[in-house]
Amino acid sequence: MNRYLLPLFFVVAMIPILIIGLRNDPSELPSQFIGKPAPEFRLPILTDGSQFISNHDLKGKVSLVNIWATWCEGCRVEHSFLMELSNKKTIPIYAVNWRDNRSEALKFLKELGDPYIASGFDGDGRVGIDWGVYGAPETFLIDKDGIVVYRYTGPLSRTTWEEEFVPLITKLKN
Amino acid sequence: MYRIIIFFIFTISSGIIFAIDSEIAFDDPYLQKRYEKIISETRCVTCQNQNIKDSNAIVASDLRREIRRMIGEGFDNEEINEFLVARYGDFVLYRPRYSGKMLLFWVAPFIIFLFGSIAVVRVLRHREKLMINELTDDSEYK
Repeated sequence: MNRYLLPLFFVVAMIPILIIGLRNDPSELPSQFIGKPAPEFRLPILTDGSQFISNHDLKGKVSLVNIWATWCEGCRVEHSFLMELSNKKTIPIYAVNWRDNRSEALKFLKELGDPYIASGFDGDGRVGIDWGVYGAPETFLIDKDGIVVYRYTGPLSRTTWEEEFVPLITKLKN
Repeated sequence: MYRIIIFFIFTISSGIIFAIDSEIAFDDPYLQKRYEKIISETRCVTCQNQNIKDSNAIVASDLRREIRRMIGEGFDNEEINEFLVARYGDFVLYRPRYSGKMLLFWVAPFIIFLFGSIAVVRVLRHREKLMINELTDDSEYK
């Protein structure tokens, strides 16, 4: 009996590893900037091209940086939820309007509302590359020192917000 | 029905909207060759089973542009790889760079083989002993 114990132990030890493997979504790439300062950026603000937004604006508070574009369907999906966050003043939301057309982007915000404190206009996608963006929408959670805490890819909703973001934000604020 | 129509609209228009910038990027054939090698060994992070040479995703075309710029500005391959990995992780390279983690993947089969061999040798020795014991037991009957 005893000699079956060791192989049995290995099989049992494999089970959690296999379960983790099954649950892992291999297409979801972790951000390279978790725990590191948000990549340097400086972009003209969408609504006022003479003003700029940069890392400096992110310091001193927990904030979101949302990557969006008018051509991105998921961005339309999450927009009403971003409006809700903004109306309730839950968290300051900054944005990068990524690889977009300026007049279309302005029209989008006029029609659906502007949840952002400021949207940087990244017409050629250079900042998108520096932030490791691989699709819109993406949402970065930044702490008060400007460090990237978390990145969510895909449209935000109440459920994902409460499951993924709220616990982290509560921890950051304590 | 209308799903089918939408499907066709998307399929047809996708080709029109994103044409791949496949024209020659460099006059110098050596640089052009380097450029093509790099973009065919860089994964498109949006459409993960394609390289950025064949992909018409936005990130792919932006990365092609950045790689063109970096080659033009005289960055070497190692620096370009570093640029990509710093932003998108090791996964972005089709030829991963050697690192501690990679070493583990290469060495692990040999380590497992070593443990297996030790186990086999021990089991065989054990059996041998049993057989010798049986033989000696038999001889006592004589």
